[in-house]
Amino acid sequence: MRYILRRRDIVADPWRYLGEEAGAGDPLIVPLADLRAERERWWNWTGRLGVLLAPSDGVEDLRADLPRLDLAALQFPNPGDGRGYSQAQLLRERRRFRGELRAVGAGVRQDQAFLLARCGFDSLEPAAGVDLEAVRVALGRYDVAYQPGAPEIALRRQRFARPPQALRGPSSTLRQHRIGE
Amino acid sequence: MYRYDELDQALVDQRVAEFRDQVRRHLAGELSEDEFRPLRLRNGLYIQRHAPMLRIAIPYGLLNARQLRALAAITRRYDRGYGHFTTRQNLQLNWPALADVPDILAQLAHVQMHAIQTSGNCVRNVTADHLAGIAPDEIDDPRPYCELIRQWATLHPEFTYLPRKFKIAVTGSAEDRAASEVHDIGLQLRRGAHGEIGFTVRVGGGLGRAPAIGQITREWLPLAELFAYLQAVLRVYNLHGRRDNIHKARIKILLKSLGLERFRAEVEAEWQAGRADAPQLTPAELERVRGFFQPQPYETLADHDPTPGRELAFKAWYRYNTRAHRMPGYRAVFVSLKAHGAVPGDMTAAQMEAVAALAERVSFGLIRSTHTQNLLLADVPQHALYEVWRELAALGLAMPNIGTLTDMIACPGLDFCSLANAGTIAVAQQIQQRFNDLDYLYDLGEIEIKMSGCMNACGHHHVGHIGILGVDKHGEEWYQISLGGSANGYTALGEVIGPSVAQHEVAATLERIVETYRDVREDGERFIDTLRRVGLTPFRERAYAVHPAAA
Repeated sequence: MRYILRRRDIVADPWRYLGEEAGAGDPLIVPLADLRAERERWWNWTGRLGVLLAPSDGVEDLRADLPRLDLAALQFPNPGDGRGYSQAQLLRERRRFRGELRAVGAGVRQDQAFLLARCGFDSLEPAAGVDLEAVRVALGRYDVAYQPGAPEIALRRQRFARPPQALRGPSSTLRQHRIGE
Repeated sequence: MYRYDELDQALVDQRVAEFRDQVRRHLAGELSEDEFRPLRLRNGLYIQRHAPMLRIAIPYGLLNARQLRALAAITRRYDRGYGHFTTRQNLQLNWPALADVPDILAQLAHVQMHAIQTSGNCVRNVTADHLAGIAPDEIDDPRPYCELIRQWATLHPEFTYLPRKFKIAVTGSAEDRAASEVHDIGLQLRRGAHGEIGFTVRVGGGLGRAPAIGQITREWLPLAELFAYLQAVLRVYNLHGRRDNIHKARIKILLKSLGLERFRAEVEAEWQAGRADAPQLTPAELERVRGFFQPQPYETLADHDPTPGRELAFKAWYRYNTRAHRMPGYRAVFVSLKAHGAVPGDMTAAQMEAVAALAERVSFGLIRSTHTQNLLLADVPQHALYEVWRELAALGLAMPNIGTLTDMIACPGLDFCSLANAGTIAVAQQIQQRFNDLDYLYDLGEIEIKMSGCMNACGHHHVGHIGILGVDKHGEEWYQISLGGSANGYTALGEVIGPSVAQHEVAATLERIVETYRDVREDGERFIDTLRRVGLTPFRERAYAVHPAAA
C-alpha cells in the first residue's frame, strides 16, 4: 500500500499507475505517451483517469484531454528540476484544471512541500521511505508570502494579489474562502 | 530606505527557522551533503577552501548605519573581523562555522537583513546604480522597482528551482552604472511621451564561460506590466532552459539557441496569455514602496568649492573620490576599499563601525555598496567634506584612486574560493605596488581593470577595459589578458590579446599596455577611447615585446 499526502492528510493512495496491479474500478494514472498511443481506449475508459507528465511534456498539448482527467501527476526527478512548478501553474491558472494535481518523485521532499502546495499541488507523493509526517509539518513553515498562490495553503498575509478578474471561474468562491481562512 | 513591515519581518524570521532546521538535519546526518547543497546555496552558503562562505544580501546596495554596525558585530563574533564586498553589492564572510550560520541569519533578520537567494539557481540580489536617487542624469530612481522585484522574487513558488542562477539589474540613468547589459535581465528606466514610467528590457546578458550582451526583447514595457513580463521571461526560461549541462543552462544560451525573434515571440505569447493571472503592481503598492525612497530632508545650501587653501591630497581626493549630486551644496563620497596593499573590497569591522558613525553624522545614516566594490556616502554636505576626508584618511579609506587603474574589481580568488585557478589577491597587490605613483595613475586617467580567478567571471574580466583572467596551466597560475571590454552603456566584451603571462609578469605587462596608450593617445583621450580608435594591434605588440620567459 502506498501512502501519500493529500491536502493535510496522510492517506492510502487509491490511485494505481498503469502497469501496477489494479482492481477493476481502481482509478488509473496513465503516462502521457500511452494516453496518446491509445486515445480511443482511454477516451472510452469508464473509471477515473489520471495522466502522468514528464518534466519535458508540454502542458498546452494536454488541453483537449483535460476535461476527461481527474488527476495530473507531474514528475520531479530531483529537487533541482523545477519545471513541474511552471507546469502546475499553467494547469491551475491558465487551464483552470480543478482535478487532483500531484507532485511525484525523488524531488518531492519536505523542503519543497510549501512551494509545491503554493503552485497548486494538492497531493504529494515523495519517493518511498520519505517521512510523510515531516512533509506534512513542512507545509506550515510559512504563513506569509509575497506572491499570490494556490488555495492549497492558507496564508495569514500575502502582498501581491492577482487582478480581480483572475478569480472568475467555477472555483472562485472556494479560492477566496481558502485564502482568507 | 525600505523598512520591513510585519509581513517582511515574518518572512525572514520564518526563513531563519527553516534554515536552522535544515542545518540541524544536515549536522544530524538526516540530510546528506548532496541533499543539503541546493538548500544551503539558496541561502548564500558555499563550502569553500577553508570554511563555509556566507554571502549576505544587500538589496541594491543600500544599508543603514545600524545594519552596517550589525555586520561589523557579526564579523567580530563569528568570523575574523572583516568582510568582502562583492560586485553584486553583497557582503561575503569567509570564515563562519556552519553551526553558527542560523544564529548569524537570526541577527541579520533582527536588522531587516537576510541571505536569501544570494546563491543557487534562483533569482539573485537585484542590483542598481550606486548613485540612484542623487545622480544628475537620472530618469527615475530605480530602487523602488528593485525593492518590488526583490519582493516578487523572494521565495517565488514557481521560480526557486531554475536551470541556473538569474541576475536582474535596474538602471535609471543615461550612464549605466549597474552593468545592466550583462545581466540575465537588464531593465533600463524610460519615460514615455506623457512622462509615464516604463522600461527597456534586455534579456540574455551575462558573463561566465560564454559571455553575452543582453538583447532588447521589449523597447517599452509599461510599469504596470513589470511582474507579468518578468513572470513570462522566467516561465519560458524555467520550462525550456537547458538542465542537462550546467555550462549551457543560463538564459543567454536559450536565447541564442532559439534566436532573438523566436525567443521574443515565446515571451510575448506567454506574457499575453499570463497577464490576467500575474501578480498586480497596484498604484497603492507602488506609492507605498516609493514612499521609502523619497529625497532626504536636505538643507538649502549653495555649491561651493571646498578645495582652495587645502592640502593637495585633499584636492586629489575631492577630484577622484567625490561625485556630483543633484542637490546644490552636496556631494557623493566614495569610501575607497582599494587602498594599495589592501584586498579590493575588504573592510574591517572597525572600519565598518567608523563609517556607520560617520554616515550618521554627515549622510543621513545611510551607506551604499557599489558594483565596483567600494562604499558610498551619498549625501554629504560640501562643507563637511574636509572633515570627512580626514576621518576616512585616518581609517585608510581615502585612497584617492576611484576610477583609476588601481580601483580594480577582483574576486577573492584562490585564497578563498574553491573554484578559482589563481591568486587574484596577490596579483591585485602586485598591480597596486607597480602603479603606486599617484601622479602616474592620474596621468593614465580612467581605466577599469577587472580580474577573475576563473572562468566563472565573478570579477567581470570580460567587461574590463583591461580584463585579467586566472588560468591553470599544469598546476601553475597564468593570466590571460583582454582589452576593450566595457559595461557602462557602451557595452563590449574584451578581446584576448595573446598567450597568458606568468603570475610575476602581470603588472609589467599592464605597464607596457598603458605605456602604449601614453604614446599613442590624443589630447584628453581616455584609455578606452584610444583603444577603440587605434585597435588592439599596437597594444598587443608592445605587451609581448619582452617575452615573459626572458623577463
